Amino acid sequence: MDAFVNRFKETPTFWADEISMLDGFGSYDAVKEFSQPVFEIPAVQNANCTDENSDSECRIKIEHGTTTLAFKFQGGIIVAVDSRASAGSYIASQTVKKVLEINPYLLGTMAGGAADCQYWQRQLGRHCRLYELRNKERISVAAASKLLANMVYPYKRMGISMGTMVTGWDKTGPNLFYVDSDGSRYKNDVFSVGSGSTFAYGVLDSGLDYELSTNDAIELGRRSIYQATYRDAASGGSVRSWEFIGLYDVGKLHWEYCGL
Amino acid sequence: MEFLIGITGKDFVLTAADTSAARSITVMKSNEDKSCDLNKHNIMLYSGESGDTVNFAEYIQRNVRLYGIRNGIELTPKAAATFTRKELATSLRSRHPYSVFLLIAGYDITTSKPHLYWIDYLGSSAEVPFAAHGYGAYYCLSILDRYHHPNLTLDEAKDLIKKCINELKSRFIVNLFDFKIKVTDQDGIREITI
Repeated sequence: MDAFVNRFKETPTFWADEISMLDGFGSYDAVKEFSQPVFEIPAVQNANCTDENSDSECRIKIEHGTTTLAFKFQGGIIVAVDSRASAGSYIASQTVKKVLEINPYLLGTMAGGAADCQYWQRQLGRHCRLYELRNKERISVAAASKLLANMVYPYKRMGISMGTMVTGWDKTGPNLFYVDSDGSRYKNDVFSVGSGSTFAYGVLDSGLDYELSTNDAIELGRRSIYQATYRDAASGGSVRSWEFIGLYDVGKLHWEYCGL
Repeated sequence: MEFLIGITGKDFVLTAADTSAARSITVMKSNEDKSCDLNKHNIMLYSGESGDTVNFAEYIQRNVRLYGIRNGIELTPKAAATFTRKELATSLRSRHPYSVFLLIAGYDITTSKPHLYWIDYLGSSAEVPFAAHGYGAYYCLSILDRYHHPNLTLDEAKDLIKKCINELKSRFIVNLFDFKIKVTDQDGIREITI
């Protein structure tokens, strides 16, 4: 029990004297948490074992076939995703859940490697819950996205493939952040991620207006995903969309399926 | 495709950075602030590899601030630049070298002089009267060579930056449509429009 408590008792009031950049609140250091593999870590040997551009003999070919998008408008945030999982030219599944509930008021989308997204967003959910327990208040979206960016940064160039949007409702209202496995983190009002993102941006940017009604906004999200799946071979399946309405402390989520 | 520029004047430094954040061919964000206030009179502009830039900039910012808190006086621009350069040089032969290009601009309140430092990812640092990073430098450095002099007033510097930006708009193939322009002088750091 003591060992368990000691592992988690570190909070901002417990700073040790010698702090390295990776120590402290919300950090995740591979060297400490994982046992090292018996072969050389990929980052040392070649730039990226999954990156076809830097090493044509790369062993792991990750497909980033997906289209996800999210945008803010007067009624909250619309998140819309496709549901196809592709492995090369084979369609592995048409019914993948690409929106992950990090906790009841934070959503994360999945683009890139499915396992990477799912694992790291589960970890993010764990850290967010710990934050809540330590601080007796919900974590802000900015802090949650920063936690995620800091968690994956130590693994930069080691082959993680994750392009995710972290979105939710906090004290400052609705927020939308983009975080990816290169370590970048951006805040903006509209994002689209994935191989079909360029197609989605086209329709989304042309129809976007902050004053859209809720139904029009849902239709815009749905239409953008549809147009992207029409043009992009690696996206498809069905459109899954989420609408965020935060009323005081209550988050209300609607989601609807719609066939292609 | 990022562009950073800094110009020292009589008693100020004018800095500008483009505001687009792009991932391969898509512009993800077009109002990105590529600068970081190190302390009241020092600013650092960064560009380069996406995750490295923000992480390194925040690391330097926090350390510079810590120095100010511990010692009660703020780091001078020269000290901040030397510290930053040393961090980059140490990281160069480590497992994970930071791939960032920096401009550190500051007003030294002890000597009342403005300073500008050009720092690159190999840890080389040079104090210069004006500097630029990125492909845009190929166009702007000659303009700065021609029109810059040590006693530039703020209005003259604004004109100079306008010349550089217009040149980029007409000759550079990538459309850098918006810039965030900041002035650092004895009153601190503030954003301006030209």
